[in-house]
Amino acid sequence: MLKCRTVWKKLAPLGRASSTLCRQNVRRTGLNHGRIPAHLPAVHMATGPAGGSRENQLYVLLVGAACLGGGIYVYQTLKGDQKRYDERFAVLHQATREEIYSSIQTEAPETIETEAVPNPEPEVAPVSQEPSPSADAEAAAPSEADEPLPAAEPDSALKLPSHAPYLLIGGGTASFAAARSIRARDPGARVLIVTDEQDLPYMRPPLSKELWFSDDPAVTDTLRFKQWNGKERSIYFQPPSFYITPEELSSAENGGVAVFTGKKVVHMDVRGNKVKLDDDTEISYDKCLIATGGVPRNLQVLERAGEEVLKKTTLFRKIDDFRSLDKVSRNVKSVAVIGGGFLGSELACALGRRSQDSGLEVIQMFPEKGNMGKVLPEYLSNWTTEKVKKEGVKVVSEALVKSVTCKDEQLEIQLKDGRLVKTNHIVAAVGLEPNVDLAKSAGLEVDSDFGGYRVNAELQARSNIWVAGDAACFYDIRLGRRRVEHHDHAVVSGRLAGENMTGASKPYWHQSMFWSDLGPDVGYEAIGIVDSSLPTVGVFAKATAKDTPKAATEQSGTGIRSESETEDVASSLVASTTPTLTSTQKDDYGKGVIFYLRDKVVVGIILWNVFNRMPIARKIIKDGEEHGDLNEVAKLFNIHED
Amino acid sequence: MCEEMTEVRQEGKDTIILATKEDHATPSSAELVEEDPDDPYEERGLILPSGEINWTCPCLGGMAGGPCGTEFKEAFSCFHFSKEEVKGSECLDPFRAMQECMRRYPDLNSRDDDKVPEERASKEEQGSEETPPAGSKSSDTSLES
Repeated sequence: MLKCRTVWKKLAPLGRASSTLCRQNVRRTGLNHGRIPAHLPAVHMATGPAGGSRENQLYVLLVGAACLGGGIYVYQTLKGDQKRYDERFAVLHQATREEIYSSIQTEAPETIETEAVPNPEPEVAPVSQEPSPSADAEAAAPSEADEPLPAAEPDSALKLPSHAPYLLIGGGTASFAAARSIRARDPGARVLIVTDEQDLPYMRPPLSKELWFSDDPAVTDTLRFKQWNGKERSIYFQPPSFYITPEELSSAENGGVAVFTGKKVVHMDVRGNKVKLDDDTEISYDKCLIATGGVPRNLQVLERAGEEVLKKTTLFRKIDDFRSLDKVSRNVKSVAVIGGGFLGSELACALGRRSQDSGLEVIQMFPEKGNMGKVLPEYLSNWTTEKVKKEGVKVVSEALVKSVTCKDEQLEIQLKDGRLVKTNHIVAAVGLEPNVDLAKSAGLEVDSDFGGYRVNAELQARSNIWVAGDAACFYDIRLGRRRVEHHDHAVVSGRLAGENMTGASKPYWHQSMFWSDLGPDVGYEAIGIVDSSLPTVGVFAKATAKDTPKAATEQSGTGIRSESETEDVASSLVASTTPTLTSTQKDDYGKGVIFYLRDKVVVGIILWNVFNRMPIARKIIKDGEEHGDLNEVAKLFNIHED
Repeated sequence: MCEEMTEVRQEGKDTIILATKEDHATPSSAELVEEDPDDPYEERGLILPSGEINWTCPCLGGMAGGPCGTEFKEAFSCFHFSKEEVKGSECLDPFRAMQECMRRYPDLNSRDDDKVPEERASKEEQGSEETPPAGSKSSDTSLES
């Protein structure tokens, strides 16, 4: 108040001076009409403080008192709210453990809040506005400058975390992609991945491709494969040093990604924003991603076939499955792959290649007429089957398994049409069952058509819960509701989920792609809905020696094409010499592009032995236009060129 | 089989077109929808329309999210926004800090020795529109724009 007065006092002489000047000017210009206005604003200002100073002082006093009173009231209300919140929380959970837990919860978010302060505002704001009890604690806690916090810190620094701001359930490709994008967008983010596997996050495609082509006898230990640039890399996305330990998660200065291996989430409490593990520990979260993938399906006949048969059966998905199949393939005389899709065909070809050295008999059987019968139109499926046979695989098509028995270390597979197939070991590649174990406890919707958790276009199931990867049945704006089980989709959806968990609200829009190589002569990339039941238009050119996956890799430097987008920098073209591979000149279907149509609109495209054209394919699908003549569209791909 | 003309066959619901090179050499009449550069849904390259750096760009190889992510972001931002004649000449300190951090993670670093920030910075100079044709999978999800 005194300050105000001094300021006024300083200004007053100025006011007087300017007012004098003004009056003089007015006289000079002769604007006055006989009477000079009694109150020029400047004059008024000069006399103001002197005249009404006491009133002013009183006024300022009143306002100040009101503000102070208001401030005290707000502070007390917030404190009361905090207390009421605490009490309510304690009431909701009867167990003593949960009471202790809730008191930790109100303290832990405060540490994270303070560390998150330097973050860009948009990222932090949505987090604190989420309607969850932990968010309330966060909002209320900073208003109390409380002492209990420092006391709690040293203890919690060494314990396993009871709270993770970002909790990712599942430790596969989608989860890792999400962790990466969360860390990129929310600096200092603390991400906890909980996986029931013993391994850190790794990529799956090499397990059925590159790892089998490796010359290294120790490949089952190292799990390393050769990339396009000749450099070797591990299937693990990152080495162990990339991650921090779960114990360090709460205290690490810049946050990090921690992986909790060998732990299964068995229960999810959406209302309480927490999960329970199989060892009864509980972890609360602010944002949660479910990326639980799935488990390989088994044939009923195999499950009923008894212990002896099951011992000689591999359901292929994980690193351990690769290791055991590798071992088996070196020790038996015959192996049969049941299933004619991607995985089955790739494994059959990989094993078939090995058979050329070892004399291993490789059989592949499936109900369809040809390999990839559910994906490729019939003529192409037949063509592919011939190629697979050339890889040394004995293909048994239109085979429905009736029963399997074990006789003298040999498995006898009885087919419904009477044929009998004898082998030593079975690999079942008959599909994936999405893992929706948490649906019941979490109250999440499961899709009845496609399986998996039902989520919206932004991959969200509930307010703080997202789902990505194989387990997500999502709404694709362009192609409709679907569920995709491919590596690139896991990367794209994981990354998108991570972005949305940190405040973006982007729908699934960038269409993921997939690929398959069946031996050196057959390689294709595909995008969208590629279902052989749809009408197709295939446009082909005559294949030359240059158009094979092997040649394409040498020429363009793509190498064997299992790469994680979360890992690699865009590769560059490498000039090359003439490739040495030859392919049959008379083949009608050497290379081309196949369009899959739904109501005259292209919903899926396969690039058949043509590479590096995926952006055009993606554009055509994104447009969603009706094209009258697909041969004209095919021209955009330059299939005759390399 | 006639080699000069494009053939069309029908096998049930599937159409097969065997196209000659000459046929496909003529310009296409297919119309594509014009791209909207401000489409909020589109995957962005390294630089967002606002001029900011897109830290989730796969082209960065996840450097922004790793243990040295903070240091990397500082160094790279400094370089990107540098207006000096020798670009980034005032950024030695953040780069040094980043190198020191990366020294603490040797096995991450050795793998990434072909992803040195300077290299990536020069790639960024070429513009985020580049879509290296090779390595289709990496190009698809990395620099699609």
